[in-house]
Amino acid sequence: MIKFILNDKEITTAESPGLVLLDFIRYHKNLKGTKIGCREGDCGACTVLVGELIDGELRYRSATSCLMAIGNANNKHIVTIEGINMSGLNPIQQAMSDEGATQCGFCTPGFVMSLAGFCLSDKEATEKNVIASIDGNICRCTGYKSIERAAILVNELLRNRNTQSSEQYAVKNKLLPEYFLNIKERLQNLIANNPITNNKITNNPITNLGGGTDLYVQKHDTMKDAEINFLFDNKKLKGIFIDGNNCFIGASCTVTDLMESKIIEKYFPHFAQYSKLVSSTPIRNIATLAGNFVNASPIGDFTIFFLSLNTQLILSDGTNKREIALRNFYKGYKSIDKKPEEYIEQFYFPLPDEGTKFNFEKVSKRTHLDIASVNTAMQIKIVGDKISGAIISAGGVFAFPKYLENASNYLSGKNISEENILGAIEMAQKEIAPISDARGSEEYKRLLLSQLIKAHFIVLFPDKILANELI
Amino acid sequence: MKNIDSYTHTRGESIYLDDIAEISGTLFGACFDSPVAHGIIKNLDLSEAENMNGVVKIFTHNDIPGRNEIGGIIEDEPLLADHHVHFCGMPIAFVVAETSEHAYAAIKKIKIEIEPLPVITDPRVAKEKNELIIPPRTFKIGDTASSFSTCDYIFEGRADSNGQEHLYIETQGAYTVPLENGAIKIYSSTQGPTAVQRACSKVLAIPMHQLEVDVTRLGGGFGGKEDQANAWAALSALATYCTKRPVKYILNRMEDMRMTGKRHPYSSDFKIGLNKELKIIAYEVVFYQNAGAAADLSPAVMERTLFHCTNSYFIPNVNATAYSCRTNLPPNTAFRGFGGPQGMFAIECAIAKAAAELKIDASEIQKINLIKTGDEFVYGQIAASEANECWQKAEQLYDVEKLQAEVRKFNSENGLFKKGIAIQPICFGISFTKTLMNNARSLVHVYSDGSVNISTGAVEMGQGVNTKILQVAQSIFSIPAEHIKVNSTNTFRIANTSPSAASATADLNGKATLLACNAILTRLKIVAAEALKSDPEKIELKNEFVFADRKKSEITWKQLVSMAFVKRVNLSEHAHHATPDIHFDATKEKGHPFAYHVYGTAILTATVDCLRGTYEFDSVKVVHDFGQSMNEIIDRGQCEGGIVQGIGWMTMEEIIYGKEGKLKSNALSTYKVPDVYSAPKEIAIHFLETKNNSLAIFNSKAVGEPPLMYGIGAYFALRNAVLAYNPNSVIPYDAPMTPEKVLLSLHQGK
Repeated sequence: MIKFILNDKEITTAESPGLVLLDFIRYHKNLKGTKIGCREGDCGACTVLVGELIDGELRYRSATSCLMAIGNANNKHIVTIEGINMSGLNPIQQAMSDEGATQCGFCTPGFVMSLAGFCLSDKEATEKNVIASIDGNICRCTGYKSIERAAILVNELLRNRNTQSSEQYAVKNKLLPEYFLNIKERLQNLIANNPITNNKITNNPITNLGGGTDLYVQKHDTMKDAEINFLFDNKKLKGIFIDGNNCFIGASCTVTDLMESKIIEKYFPHFAQYSKLVSSTPIRNIATLAGNFVNASPIGDFTIFFLSLNTQLILSDGTNKREIALRNFYKGYKSIDKKPEEYIEQFYFPLPDEGTKFNFEKVSKRTHLDIASVNTAMQIKIVGDKISGAIISAGGVFAFPKYLENASNYLSGKNISEENILGAIEMAQKEIAPISDARGSEEYKRLLLSQLIKAHFIVLFPDKILANELI
Repeated sequence: MKNIDSYTHTRGESIYLDDIAEISGTLFGACFDSPVAHGIIKNLDLSEAENMNGVVKIFTHNDIPGRNEIGGIIEDEPLLADHHVHFCGMPIAFVVAETSEHAYAAIKKIKIEIEPLPVITDPRVAKEKNELIIPPRTFKIGDTASSFSTCDYIFEGRADSNGQEHLYIETQGAYTVPLENGAIKIYSSTQGPTAVQRACSKVLAIPMHQLEVDVTRLGGGFGGKEDQANAWAALSALATYCTKRPVKYILNRMEDMRMTGKRHPYSSDFKIGLNKELKIIAYEVVFYQNAGAAADLSPAVMERTLFHCTNSYFIPNVNATAYSCRTNLPPNTAFRGFGGPQGMFAIECAIAKAAAELKIDASEIQKINLIKTGDEFVYGQIAASEANECWQKAEQLYDVEKLQAEVRKFNSENGLFKKGIAIQPICFGISFTKTLMNNARSLVHVYSDGSVNISTGAVEMGQGVNTKILQVAQSIFSIPAEHIKVNSTNTFRIANTSPSAASATADLNGKATLLACNAILTRLKIVAAEALKSDPEKIELKNEFVFADRKKSEITWKQLVSMAFVKRVNLSEHAHHATPDIHFDATKEKGHPFAYHVYGTAILTATVDCLRGTYEFDSVKVVHDFGQSMNEIIDRGQCEGGIVQGIGWMTMEEIIYGKEGKLKSNALSTYKVPDVYSAPKEIAIHFLETKNNSLAIFNSKAVGEPPLMYGIGAYFALRNAVLAYNPNSVIPYDAPMTPEKVLLSLHQGK
């Protein structure tokens, strides 16, 4: 049995835990405000909010309900557009209406939910942040300017929030209905009466499911009836911590978890900038890092990111564990060194020391919420004026996420000069094998990788490089 | 006034096709479509699929009681393939089952053998093989052959513009419900309820009066549901006809993308001649339209390409020829601009090429060739032009010289980033180019309680037409908006409608509503005059009160209606409007096809990251000819939305078909439309108020399509930025200007 609070109502359902939340909402609960646009997380018309207790505190994040299993809603608060309706328009809806930010209206509930999610988050109220909250919503009518104007009005509503809890502030200022005040307590009761068991289902074949952002795109029609091992809420697979010289990250951590981590922020001060290039807020909220690794897409953004950090994976089959370097995990196109019953439990990377620099680059047809044409990361250590070691990874240029071993080795012991950068690029060009596809021609991908390797150096060593000449 | 739907839209309470309460017993459809772009069906094996759990029936062309034909302009398009398939995604069989899952499971069990035939995807190849949808057409003015010899400069070139996926967020679909005596109610997400009714009538061989098509609203259309909603409605109606059960079929996104047509890709050859003063003396252009596998609306789209082949310029000698080329792609169809943008792109490329060769800014050529009032368009209509007014206002208001100087300064100071600026004037004719379609009807009921109900042929798809229609009634009756309701569009209430298209919907249906309201008002005034012992001509309605001789009476709107009802006065009116004065003679290719033209000028500035090949749009600054806007919120929204959609077409939206005719950009993950970050940082819109537009409703000029064409300037702004970095780059005139093309052009020859 799956139990959760749907808007203001406790739900207990015997439906298959693999059923997608969007279908449950629309066709089982007849809540038709949540729309179907693409079923692959790319349009945001089905955006809902997911509230859960984290260390006793209630936290809301947006999610695309088309990619979320109801099994992942267990013990949570799911909010649809119907759940934020009050008598008359709430101020978020009023802002959208006043600014003419709704034309055909089909995408509108998704935008409203993303903005409601912003009101329930503890993100600082800035225009930049409120616009970022709608980065996963596509509108084909308005050209977004009216929606931006509405979002800015919503942001104004939060100006005086200060330290109040977001749901209390939202209720007090009549942004959202009163029932939000009791959700924390109701969730506590729900969890007390519905303890999550992490018992693994033994029937094969088992599908290990994280956030579902890839599986529900690839295997949409079979997931409903799949035997699923739910990993997303498994507490053992959560957490970001430092142990010795290594940073450990739970496999089910989401991209948003990383973005909000103080540890990550400390070691990767530009992390928010990189992650903004990766998918969108509602996807980052549910997409897990292990999912990105296991997906084995040749272009997985965070695979490329962690490849250059010399990441080690810890795999488990429930009883036995083993370690494997991320760079050895890939065997061929969509082929990984993992048995079906294994899942990634954790991964770790050595903490960068002083003198180690890092950069991530990604170019796609659309800068945001798109799959890369080419992405690349570089970690580089400088001792004196020499490169003591470099690790460059690249996606979109090989059958799997590629550690550019020769290019990386080439740089070792050399100083940073235009000549050496071009030498490394030449090495890289010999160890890649891009193919022409919807994301670009081979010629383009080769040129783009060269440019992005240059970009690593231009970004990291502005004093040592004449950018205008290297470009 | 805000869009009247914004209350339910923002609450998620608006009802779209898939939100209609399901009737018990509803079956669900799924379509089996061709995996091959061209071939002969050798064997279709349904046996395993038919025996699947939940499957009720599988329909093929053999089950069609009427004609297997849905072609609108030309009857060349079967609903379900018989022995030939002509494009990947062509419907072959239609499964109905107890649930959607059952229907899709059955689809997977259908087996087919197709003997492949050669596939054509390139319109120029199709033209060589004489695969034409209709004979070519040529629009001419003056004499290009002799005038080229008088030109000081002549330039030739080729321009290519790709297609565009509509990407309405609500996919296509239909829900059909059996009524008594063999009638069927069809809920359809269509811009053309009558087109759906007609197609279903043909397929089922039942009269149109048996088919009630009802449309509450669409979750976006953009032309994609003008003609291409017909197939899904016809398939559902066929299944309802045979099973006597309600049938729902809503396409999933990938089906929608692969099975429906898009904006037509065009390839064009141009030749432009100018004199030393930069006056364009002669222009020749040949358009190769990629029509896809069937006519659909391609002949009409091609016609509008010819109408707009000189954009907002006056050129005394023009020879423009267009070929509608049959290829093995899904039949391409209407898309905002309807062929106009493709024609305008070619002339802008010709001007850009001339400017590049002459080493001047394109705006120097654009400006002195703008069409003036009294000049003749290539099709014989005399212009009443606002082109110069828009250009000059934009120049002053936005200080174009300063903007250009800023761009030059930026470029001289920056190596990694370059800016490009382009000015994009537009001119777009308003009316269906097929004269007979320029008519509409409105049915207005005033109920005895004073509330008003309006039905028209207009379909609300986000463009705000229902709001404008309500405003018409509101202004005539002078009552609050709450007293007026605009109904769903329904073929039993309003017959023989033209589709909601050509930007003309508010004009046509608004004018019909105006006539209907005025007729009722006239009758009410007589009632009021009798009561107040006044003259009907001296009666006015203001703010819910009757005024006689400019003096407020005690009689309210509601009382007046009640009095009229008691006196058995007709409180309903069905009015018909047909645009006067328009005509076109296709044998001469001359006439006066448009009620009026819409003009405007945009200045677009882009910044290119020369290291990575990515780009952003800094600003789009517009002076647009709105006439006298009757709703600034809605009109601004249409303008902003059109601009961003146009920029999308010219930049990131890339339709990719493989050589075998299969769509590769077949999902939202591979076909990208603008998101919030790719919209220009600033869109400034100045409303140029122009008068004497009596053929527009309340002098408010149509706004749906024209702003899209400002987006064409995005291509040239990017191009100019690339050339600022690499002046020697040879960049083909080939839109969209994707980051790939930008990067390759930036670093060409380096």
